[in-house]
Amino acid sequence: MPLWLFIFLGALAVISALGVILQRNPVHCLMALVMVLLDIALLYIALGAVTVGFLQAIVYVGAIMILFLFVIWLLNLRAEVRSEGHLALKFFGALGASALTAELWVFVSESRRTGGLTERSPQFGSIASLAASIFSQYLVAFEVTSILLLVAVVGAIALARRPGPVTAGRSESLPADAATRQAGGVRQAGGVRQAGGVRQAGGVR
Amino acid sequence: MTAPISYVLILAAAIFAIGVAGVLMRRNAIVMLMSIELMLNAVNLTFVGLSRRLGSVDGQVIVFFVMTVAAAEAAVGLAIIISAFRNRESVNVDEFNLMRW
Repeated sequence: MPLWLFIFLGALAVISALGVILQRNPVHCLMALVMVLLDIALLYIALGAVTVGFLQAIVYVGAIMILFLFVIWLLNLRAEVRSEGHLALKFFGALGASALTAELWVFVSESRRTGGLTERSPQFGSIASLAASIFSQYLVAFEVTSILLLVAVVGAIALARRPGPVTAGRSESLPADAATRQAGGVRQAGGVRQAGGVRQAGGVR
Repeated sequence: MTAPISYVLILAAAIFAIGVAGVLMRRNAIVMLMSIELMLNAVNLTFVGLSRRLGSVDGQVIVFFVMTVAAAEAAVGLAIIISAFRNRESVNVDEFNLMRW
């Protein structure tokens, strides 16, 4: 990977990551995070891991970030008007992060196993080589991961659903649901009355 | 001139530290989850960089699984935030203080 490309992608990633933690509006934080994730996907492709790079763009940016966006919309989050948290928290947070970076930098620089990027075979990051490894050596982890995904989906639905018995189109809790109910409430009441009328006519006959 | 692998590792370390700073500094639960995603991506970058350096595809397989687990964790974490929002009408973690003394 040429050095200029790495410097460009690296600087973009660090600036966007700083944007994630420093913005006030959560949607702006999300856009900065999307930039970081796409940047890292480009880094993966530049390092030869093509499959993982595309998977990062599809799964991380295309699914997880959209999920974040949906939640921000559902909760109707606004930009924070005043600075949140104590000043001491911010100071020590920044100090701790700088100390961690410096420590990791020293550790990585003095490592003896660094070197240039080795020559890679054309099959290095291809999906065939990944599949050969996943379906032979890591098969158990693959199957357990599929069960994990099932559990996560069921758990997320169970956590986020409205409390109480399932009623058709009625919820007072989320702002987006309340707005939808207000808009469609008249239409729903008319429909229920109509259905009741039809049922009564059938019963009489 | 090609970039040595230590540059990639240092970049991953910097992104990880920025994620740590985000989790410590921010009080919005959703932004804290985003900072955790930053940390996970930094670790993934480390894995891919070392996979390229060592010529083995195992690092990318690990990244595949980490990405899957991160997706599941983000989904469940957001569901928890939605559920907690119903009681408190806020995502500021300082306001969830019933268990503090």
